[in-house]
Amino acid sequence: MIQSFDFSALSDYSDVVRHGVYITLLLITVGAALGLAVSILCVWARLFCPAWVRIAVTSYVEFVRNTPFLIQLFFIFFGLPQLGVSMSEMTAAIVAMAINLGAYGTEIVRAGVQATAKGQWEAATSLGMTRNQAFWRVVLMPALQKMWPTLSSQIVIVMMGSAVVSQIAVQDLTFAANFIQSRTFRAFEIYFVVTAIYIVLAALVRLALRLIGRWVLATGEVP
Amino acid sequence: MSLVKIEGLCKSFGGLEVLRDISLDVERGEVIALIGKSGSGKSTFLRCINGLEQMNSGTIHVDAEPVEADERKLQKLRLKVGMIFQQFNLFPHLTALDNTALALRVVKNMSAAEARAVGLARLEKVGLGHRADSRPHQLSGGQQQRVAIARALAMDPVVLLCDEVTSALDPELVEEVLQVIRRLAEEGMTVIMVTHEMSFARSVCSRVVFMHEGRLHEMGHPEEVFGNPKTPELRQFLGQTASAATAE
Repeated sequence: MIQSFDFSALSDYSDVVRHGVYITLLLITVGAALGLAVSILCVWARLFCPAWVRIAVTSYVEFVRNTPFLIQLFFIFFGLPQLGVSMSEMTAAIVAMAINLGAYGTEIVRAGVQATAKGQWEAATSLGMTRNQAFWRVVLMPALQKMWPTLSSQIVIVMMGSAVVSQIAVQDLTFAANFIQSRTFRAFEIYFVVTAIYIVLAALVRLALRLIGRWVLATGEVP
Repeated sequence: MSLVKIEGLCKSFGGLEVLRDISLDVERGEVIALIGKSGSGKSTFLRCINGLEQMNSGTIHVDAEPVEADERKLQKLRLKVGMIFQQFNLFPHLTALDNTALALRVVKNMSAAEARAVGLARLEKVGLGHRADSRPHQLSGGQQQRVAIARALAMDPVVLLCDEVTSALDPELVEEVLQVIRRLAEEGMTVIMVTHEMSFARSVCSRVVFMHEGRLHEMGHPEEVFGNPKTPELRQFLGQTASAATAE
């Protein structure tokens, strides 16, 4: 049986799709910013904090890297309220994404810091800087520049993974797709369109990250 | 008291003794050349003076300030000791001017304008005022090393440590860096340099120290050391460098 496709059924739901796109972009923007901050702080903590903090950071990274994102999300949204920590589904989604990106980002930034020549630390401390000052003023920026393409990929991976937040009723793009499908039963059409939108969004986010890299980190000028 | 006073300095890496009982006094305004085969301990010796390497025993004082392991005290000492490296070690994400101004801002808490003024003055001193806005990778090796010298000078050190500062440079770029150091020496800067530039050591330095197997094997005025070496090790070393020079 050959079925004809009917994309016109979707036109009634363009507002739902638009809202889904907005939520997905909001999630990745805030989640990525927080996740990067977590990554940098964890790398700093591993270099400068006492042993128990370093062990805590390592445990966090290993915990996140060895469990599914969906379980992390459920744990935060459904599990933590039992400990008295409850948050809205949006907040839970952002926290989960930040924690997830933070763990992978820690490993990426750490690789960049480790690849920094010993001479950079020596030059900075020879000028009278503390190692802490050397980290923030001298070592961090080139490390981020070097690892920015890898960090960008990881951010896009997290954005794709964000589709599962629809499971806790965050109204992101995947939520919109499921919603429309359940109303219209036009599964092929809606998932075809949403797939195309994800591809466009991923391309846009990559472009935005490249521009941020060029303007904020000046990665274009690294030899 | 001498500006730099080193007494009984010993240093070993694991079981390997690199420096054995070194004592040396350097007076203000002296220019000291450390020469010797690779592995003789020259660089380690230099790096002990600003605490980049920790000594096992002995004492070092710079301008009456002791070199100690404590980071806070080291930081204070390092304000008096400038260091220039073989690989320049400029900060790649900063312009030449920001390279010279960063520590003034961070360590000496100068205002941005003040730090820029001092940084620019030092860049001009090494002849690179016009390259203030260039990034390190846009500069030649010789220019990078001159920026590194300006960066060290910006902190107003009382002594400058130079660790084979021309060894990573193409031969035609060596002279511009040596010229800067020659001028600093003429202005009375105290310099301790590890070098393979024998003719420079001969013409500029006030004293030449020959290191051999972790000891100060022979030292004296350059005319004496180069013209009339007393130990067979120094004679052999000078013979090798002379034949290497003629071979080039």
